[in-house]
Amino acid sequence: MIYVILFFEFFKVGLFTFGGGYAMIPLIEELVIGRSWLSQTQFYDFIGVCESTPGPVAINMATYIGSTQGGLLGSIVATAGVVLPSFLIILLVASVLKNFEENKFVKAFLKGVKPVVVALIVSTGVVLLAKAFGYVSLSEFNADFISIIIFALITGIYFAMQKFFKIKLSAVKIILISAALGICISLIGGK
Amino acid sequence: MLISLFLTFFKLGLFTFGGGYAMIANIRELVVEKNKWLDEEELLKVITIAESTPGPIAINMATYVGYKKKGVLGSFFATLGVVLPSLIIIYVISLFLDSFMANKYVAYAFSGIKCGVSFLIIKAGLTMLKKVEKKPLPLICFGAVFGLMIIFELFAVSISSVVLILSGGIIGIIAYALPLRKEETK
Repeated sequence: MIYVILFFEFFKVGLFTFGGGYAMIPLIEELVIGRSWLSQTQFYDFIGVCESTPGPVAINMATYIGSTQGGLLGSIVATAGVVLPSFLIILLVASVLKNFEENKFVKAFLKGVKPVVVALIVSTGVVLLAKAFGYVSLSEFNADFISIIIFALITGIYFAMQKFFKIKLSAVKIILISAALGICISLIGGK
Repeated sequence: MLISLFLTFFKLGLFTFGGGYAMIANIRELVVEKNKWLDEEELLKVITIAESTPGPIAINMATYVGYKKKGVLGSFFATLGVVLPSLIIIYVISLFLDSFMANKYVAYAFSGIKCGVSFLIIKAGLTMLKKVEKKPLPLICFGAVFGLMIIFELFAVSISSVVLILSGGIIGIIAYALPLRKEETK
């Protein structure tokens, strides 16, 4: 039964993700937290893992959730689910629906979807950051100074590298730097 | 040919960090320059198609290139190739992750990684926001969805992103594709 659920839930994620990796995060978050497959903290820890391992985030997520919920078969089923919509749609586009990407309804649909996806991504990031900084609920806020310092440092390092050395840090490097900062500052802070 | 499709996309899956867009550079190198399976113009077409269809860009690319070169079987092997490295690596990680996370230093590292991940998500979102047309309708859609998401979060109400995405698409079709009254009166 869990295999059927995994397959269809990830099929849905694959079907409704427009605009690449980050667009998938709000959809998967909704799914795994709604079904209590992961806590929010575990979910974001795992995004950290996905960013530092190769491959598309969506595939990594599906494999991981599948494995924790249903072992090896679970991970295969969830991954197949997330891949299948793209696979089928691209086969259709490549074989039957020639010039699909120039269709005026497709273009209009995507033009309407774009700002929504961007808003979903930005709001996901802002909410995550607020929680990292210590937001619990409207009436409760326990400021986490270590997180605030780390975030300020990452932002500073990223823009300094870009401005002074013309180096654009990749996602993997940002994850590695933030991991190192996490260890150093937690130790100094005597947590 | 099937084997070389599989191996090429396996390599892409194995060496692409950080998701879809990082893959485009690697795909150009392997598919266009090395194997000459596509020329630059076709590559651009594939990228547009990948962006106009749902799902990870890497999968869309692999399926399309595989199909063009060797039909349905080709698309199957190319897609399998690009998925397999993630599947193997993450499956192995999933077996050890819990005990790994129990380590004190790993937990410290992840307290930093959480901030790094928020930084990456916000940065990706803002980069995409710059590309949104600065016209009233897209900006209102952005503002409305952003506001809704924050308000729902504050009051711990959940809303389906799928519904929001589809509404955006429907608004898009109504606003941009259906014949508008203005044009009729012209």
